[in-house]
Order: sequence, then C-alpha cells, then structure tokens
Amino acid sequence: MSSLHLAILLPFVFVVIIPLLYKYTRAIHTGWIALSVPVALFVYFIQYFSIHEAVEPITVSFPWIPSIGIHFSLYLDSLSLLFALLITGIGSLVVLYSIFYLSKDRERLNFFYAYLMLFMGAMLGSVLSDNLMVLYSFWELTSVSSFLLIAYWYQRKRSRYGAQKAMYITMMGGFSMLLGFIILYVISGTFSIREIIAAGDSLTSHSLFIPAMFFILLGAFTKSAQFPFHIWLPDAMEAPTPISAYLHSATMVKAGVYLVARLTPIFGAQLEWSWTIIIVGIITLTMGSFNALKQYDLKALLAFSTISQLGLIMSLLGVGSLALNKGYAEHSLVFVGALVAGIFHLINHSVFKGSLFMMVGILDHETGTRDIRKLGGIIHLMPISFTLTMIGAFSMAGLPPFSGFISKEMFFISLIELTENTSSWAAIIPVIAWIASIFTFIYCMIIIFKSFTGTYHADRLERKPHEAPFGMLASPAILSLLAIALFFFPGLVVTSILEPTVKGMAPQVFAVHPDWHTHVTAWHGFSLELVMTIAIVIIGTFLYRRIEKWKGPVFELLPKRLNLFTLYDKSLITMEKTATSITKSYMTGSTTHYLSYIFGFLIVIVLATLFGTGAFRLDTSQDSPIEWYELMIGIATVIAAVFILFSTSRLMSIMGVGVVGFTVSLYFVIFRAPDLALTQLVVETISTTLFLLCFYFLPKMKANVESIRFKLSNAIIAIGVGLTLTLMGLSAYGYRLFEPIAEYFTNSYELAGAKNIVNSLLVDFRAFDTMLEIVVLFSAGIGIYTFIKLRYAGRNE
Amino acid sequence: METFMIIISGILFTIATYLILNKNFLRIVLGLTLFSHATHIMLISINGLKRGSAPLLGEHAESYTDPIPQALILTSIVISFALTALLLVLGYRTYIELGTDNMKKLRGESHE
Repeated sequence: MSSLHLAILLPFVFVVIIPLLYKYTRAIHTGWIALSVPVALFVYFIQYFSIHEAVEPITVSFPWIPSIGIHFSLYLDSLSLLFALLITGIGSLVVLYSIFYLSKDRERLNFFYAYLMLFMGAMLGSVLSDNLMVLYSFWELTSVSSFLLIAYWYQRKRSRYGAQKAMYITMMGGFSMLLGFIILYVISGTFSIREIIAAGDSLTSHSLFIPAMFFILLGAFTKSAQFPFHIWLPDAMEAPTPISAYLHSATMVKAGVYLVARLTPIFGAQLEWSWTIIIVGIITLTMGSFNALKQYDLKALLAFSTISQLGLIMSLLGVGSLALNKGYAEHSLVFVGALVAGIFHLINHSVFKGSLFMMVGILDHETGTRDIRKLGGIIHLMPISFTLTMIGAFSMAGLPPFSGFISKEMFFISLIELTENTSSWAAIIPVIAWIASIFTFIYCMIIIFKSFTGTYHADRLERKPHEAPFGMLASPAILSLLAIALFFFPGLVVTSILEPTVKGMAPQVFAVHPDWHTHVTAWHGFSLELVMTIAIVIIGTFLYRRIEKWKGPVFELLPKRLNLFTLYDKSLITMEKTATSITKSYMTGSTTHYLSYIFGFLIVIVLATLFGTGAFRLDTSQDSPIEWYELMIGIATVIAAVFILFSTSRLMSIMGVGVVGFTVSLYFVIFRAPDLALTQLVVETISTTLFLLCFYFLPKMKANVESIRFKLSNAIIAIGVGLTLTLMGLSAYGYRLFEPIAEYFTNSYELAGAKNIVNSLLVDFRAFDTMLEIVVLFSAGIGIYTFIKLRYAGRNE
Repeated sequence: METFMIIISGILFTIATYLILNKNFLRIVLGLTLFSHATHIMLISINGLKRGSAPLLGEHAESYTDPIPQALILTSIVISFALTALLLVLGYRTYIELGTDNMKKLRGESHE
C-alpha cells in the first residue's frame, strides 16, 4: 500500500463518511466536507508536476488476486498525471460550484456528494491503473456512478430515461472492452499494460490481435460518445449541471480518449487502428457540430459540441498513431505533431467546456430557463457572466487570444500533413474538418449572442435576472483565466506534460529520435492554417448573421424520423416485443406442449447419437427361445395396452392398465423373479383399487364417457418415443462390454447368511437404497395425508 | 425372447407417452403407470432372460439369474407406487378445490 493507493481510496472512504456525517452537519453545506477530497488530491498530484522536466514514472503494486495475475498496480506517468490533475482540479472547482448551485434545504446532498466521490475515485482508478482488470473494474464503476448521477432527480421521467440509456450504451462498450482485454491477456499472458507494451511486435502476428483491438475500440468509442454511440450524451444532460460539467464534458467522456492514448503503443502501428479512429473521429466531429446548430436548449447544444470536440481529439490521436506505422517511418515526427495537438486540445477542451457548462448552469439558475429563444438582452444585467461565457465560447471557436486557437491551428496542420503524406483521397478530410469548424464557430456565436444580446423579454423569463453570486462565478472564472494563460504561456504544459506524454505514447518513434522537442506557440507565421481560420471567421460570421434564413430549410431537408435517437428507441421497443412474442409462442402454460418439447428433444438427441456415432446394433443370436404361452401373454399385454387407447370410458382404461400390470407380474414369474412377481401382484392390486377410488370422486357427468381423441402430433411424438426407446434397448442388449458382477452375490450365504440373493442385496449389500426407498414411501404417505387433511385457511367457506 | 420383450416394452412406451400427452389428469397418471411397467420390462430384458434358475441358493443350481436388476426393479416398483398414490390424491384434491381434472383448464389466465 503506497500513498498513491491511498490517494485513490480516499474518495471511496468519503463515500461512506459523507452520508454518516450528513445527519450531524445539517447546519453547513455538505459540499464543504466533500471539497476537502479533490483539493487534497490535487495538492497531492501537483507535487509530481514540474514545469521544466518530465515526470518520472512511478510504479506501485499491491496484490489483489495474485493467482491469476490481478494486482492493484498503479502507474503514474505524464498521461496519468494529466488526467489525475484534470479530475482533481476540475473536480475541486465543480464541487465548489455545486455548493452554490444546489440548495442545501431542498436537495439530498448526502447522495449527491457520495455519488460524486464514488465517481471521482473510480475515474482516478481508471487512469492510474496499470492492470487491465483493475482498469476495467474502475471503468465500470464510472459507468455506475454516472448512471446514479444522471438519475439524481429520479422523480423525473427524462432523468431515468437518460440514465438508463447511458447505462445500456456504456455497459455494452464496457463488456466489449472486457472481451478485448481478455483476448490481450490470452495473447500476451499478462494483464499489465506496461508488460504488454514491452512485448511489442511479438503480439501483432496473433490472429486475435485485430479483433481484440476492435473490441477495445468499441469500449472507448461508447464511453467517449463517438458516432454512432453518441446518442446517450444529449440525454445525460438531465443530470444536475455540475455533473454535466464534470462527467459529461471534462472527465468521464475523456476516459475513452485516455484508453486510446494509453493503448496507442500497443495498437498504434496497425493501419486499421489509425484509420478507424480518424474516420470515426471526423464523422463525430462533423455530425456533432452540425447537430449542435439545431438545438435550442443550451445544455443540449453543449452536449453536441462536446461530442464534436471529442471527435476532434480522437481524430488527432488517430493521425498521431500513424507515426508508429512502419510504412510512414520517414514522416513519423510529422505525425507526432498530431499527438501533441490531441493532448493539448484535450486539456483546452476540459478547461473551456467545464467553464461553459457552469455558465449555462448560472444562466439557468438566474433566469429559470436554458432556452435560447427565451433568453436575450441580459448583457447589462449579467456582465461578468457574459465575459466568462465569451471567453469559453471564443476558446471553443478557436479564436485568439484563447488557448483553443492554438489547438485548432495545430489540428489543421496535422490534417494537412495527413493529406500530404498519405494517400490522395485523404485530401477530403481537412476539407470536412474545415466545414465542421465553421459549424463550430456558428454555434459558439449562438451561445454568446443569442443568450446575452438582442432584445430583453422580461415576460418570458421566470425570474428577474441578476448577476450570480461570487462563489458560483469563481470556478468558471478560474477556468477562463486558465484558457487565457494557456494561450500566452503554452510552455506551462509543454515540457511537463505534452512532451513526456507523447514520448510515452510512441516509444518506438523516440527510440530513433531521442532529441525531439515540440514547440507550441500562439504565433507561427502566415500559413495555410491561419488562412483557414480567417476564412472560418468570415464565412461563419456571414452564415451566423443569416442563420434564421437558412437554418429552417436546411434542417427540414433531413428526414425527421430517420435518426439514431428514434432508431435506438424503436430497437428497444422491437427487442422487447420480439422477446415477449417469442416467449409467448412457446411458454403456453400447457403441460402437453412442454412434454412435447421434452419428448421431442429426447427423440432427436438420442436418435442422432445412436445413428451419428454408429452405436445402433441388432443382435438376436443370444436370444433365449420363446415358449408358446409366453407368446400368448405377450400378445395379451399388447392387446390390453391398445385397448386402453380405444376404450371410450376411463373405467375401461383402468381395467386395461390393471391387465398390463398383472401380465407384467406373470413375466416376472417366467423370468425367475419370485420376489418381483409377489410385489408386483400386491402393488398392482392396491394401485388399481386406488385408481378406482380416485375415479369414484372424479366428475361423472360427461367426462367418464369421453374417449381419447386422436391427435396426429401426439401420436407422432408417442411413436417416436416408443421407437427411440426400443432401438436404445435393442442396442444396449446387443452390447456386452464386460461380464456382469452377479457372480459375487452368489456368496450371499457366506457373506450375509441369506439364501435369497435378491433379499440380501436389498437389506445387506445395498441397504442404503432400501432405506431411502422407505423414506420415499413415508414421504408419500405424509404427502397424501396433508393433501387430504389440510385445508387452505384463507378460503371463503 | 429378449428382442420380443424389448419390442413389447416399446409398444407400452408408445401408448404410455400418448396417454401422458392427453389433457385428462387420470389418463396421465395411467400413462405414468404404464411407463414404469415398460421401464421394468426393459430393465430386466436388457440383461438377458431365463439364464439359470431363480436367485435362491436353496435351488442348488449351476447358475442363477442375475439378481441385481431384480433388486433395482423391486426398489423401482415401490417408488413408482408411492408416486402414483401421491399423484392420484393430488388429482383428487385438485378436482375438489378447482372443480376440474382437465389439464387445459388448469392452465390459468394468460396474464398470470
């Protein structure tokens, strides 16, 4: 147990402590207690952060299930540190914000902060784990805690729907990822990520390597809301706003990005990996930014913008992974630039998106609505909120002097380089991304100007808006300052985070180029990407000014019913209906049907085995001769049995079964089994009496003259069963694998003092059978007694 | 003789199965009884019949019939008798309480 282990376990300890303290600390807001956790953890993690040099990786391990190689092993390098700082840093700000956002008296704060701490611990565990199984466990815990947080207001139907949807989709991805991890374990023999990376090229030749890759990618894509699994994120906006800011913009949705970045050294050299991520990322980017334009709810707009920005980061990681490919060895340093851009934008996005969500929360809190059709003209009432929103949105649009500008430029550079260095059809990718950036620009402008400028309609707002309290504005203000600081001083993160992270992601490349250093600056001269940005601003402004004219017609062109959201709903309903109808079709409640299935399987399986394995055999050479009277008894048995089938009354059926029973006891006489014959006679007599007794009480009116109706399906099954069992019996008779052990029991007189071998078998050699058989008889007796004696007390008599 | 007996038990199995698939409770119990008769015949026949005298040492015979199947069948007869008795009383109670011995009517409603 090291301090790093304790750091991860600290939030889990608070999951227990917070509800316990809640009762006794009602005077203060529970958030203040919870705030201590992320702040303490942030201070703990910041000690590893130094501006001028790389972080020395730390490895600590604690055995959990050592027999199958599962250790609670943690690995802190720059990538993990970056995520740990984001989780704890933004976590602190979110908790601070939520203290002012959530009412102390109306909300169940003990649940809220317990879930939040659960999430924080799970997320920290995911990014710090070196063991795949431990990573998976924490990964699923983030899904569960996210589910709990989305449905925090569980009284609302939409919250429950959103939580369920997020759960289904991320759990599906999680299971697929687990499958991928298990395959990786099978290939490499270890769960440790570092050991798998060290195994290197020896794994890639395995036939299951590519399937494992796709299974894991599915997990990453569902968690990070990539196309077509993005549909859960807009519905997750039913969560309280601090949760949307924290989970669904800054941290949890980046778990997929983290996974891709972490496993790039393993899979990055595969072209399938790179191109899948690039294409999915670009589609997500474009689709997300385009759909964001359609939204009127600011949170929904931000949800689509998150989807779009995650697509951007993903595509950059995809381009960057080409650096590991042997086919592009001479351009590897060019592609590494994309990795730098991806990680840099990841930081920027967490900063400005966290801030934007908090600002939307403030707008909601102060005006009572998030609908941009109702908002407007509140710039004079809330000037600080306007400034902070503008910083966030301009950073997202990629404008100077905010950090988003730098990462947007680096994004364009990476895509242009992708076009120059790979196949010619990749030229389409920068064009698509450029168009997507225009959409991004437009929706950023919508966020700022539709909500703050224009005409003020006091009658549309539920409350009279005024500036938010200082405590609420503090968190977005800090994030906004960070967005500006990263523009002017990108060096803050370059040597400490970006360079070592990228070196860790592509170790094969830097083994060749050990002296590589990246250079991130705000100003990089007049170049194509700058022209692209200027064009975005000009075209974007032009389109934004005329948005009312083209927005309606353009979105009407798209078919309304045909989208992934309705497809998801429809498929859920169809699945449920199909399952119900399938179940109803065979679970009829009729014993005849169930017995038919059982007999049917018996016939199919036994006959298939009998003839499939060539076990069937007919050998009559060993038969003992048949006397004429034996033949007569046999025919009598068959006649009595067939008579049961054709008898019109049940009384005759009982007589028929009695005849069969008595002929069976005659057989026992012939087959030299006196004890059997005796027992059979007595039992048959009692049974027939019982049948008659029972018959006497059964309905008399029409039922006792009712004959058996002929049913073809039943007849076929019955003949099938009879044939199958006959063939089985004949085959068993034909085989004699070894001599019977009967010879031993002829010693029964010496061993047990009995001359009747059968009886000595029953009470000496195999007395256990007899004892339990007596128990059966006894139980049946008690059963019969209770059936007759005990009456259901609740009956209306 | 063995082949003949196995075929007879096969015929009994066929008729018993047909009775069990019936919707009348009494016929199902009759079918089960027939089924156990068929099983007993099958059990004793598979081992070979009439090889030696009855398994009584007092006979002083050279060889005896295999006593093991006989012991097994004896146990089985008692158990199937207990089962038959229990089933019959169950059917009787069902009829007293629910007023029918028709398996189709005992199915319950579709919403259950």
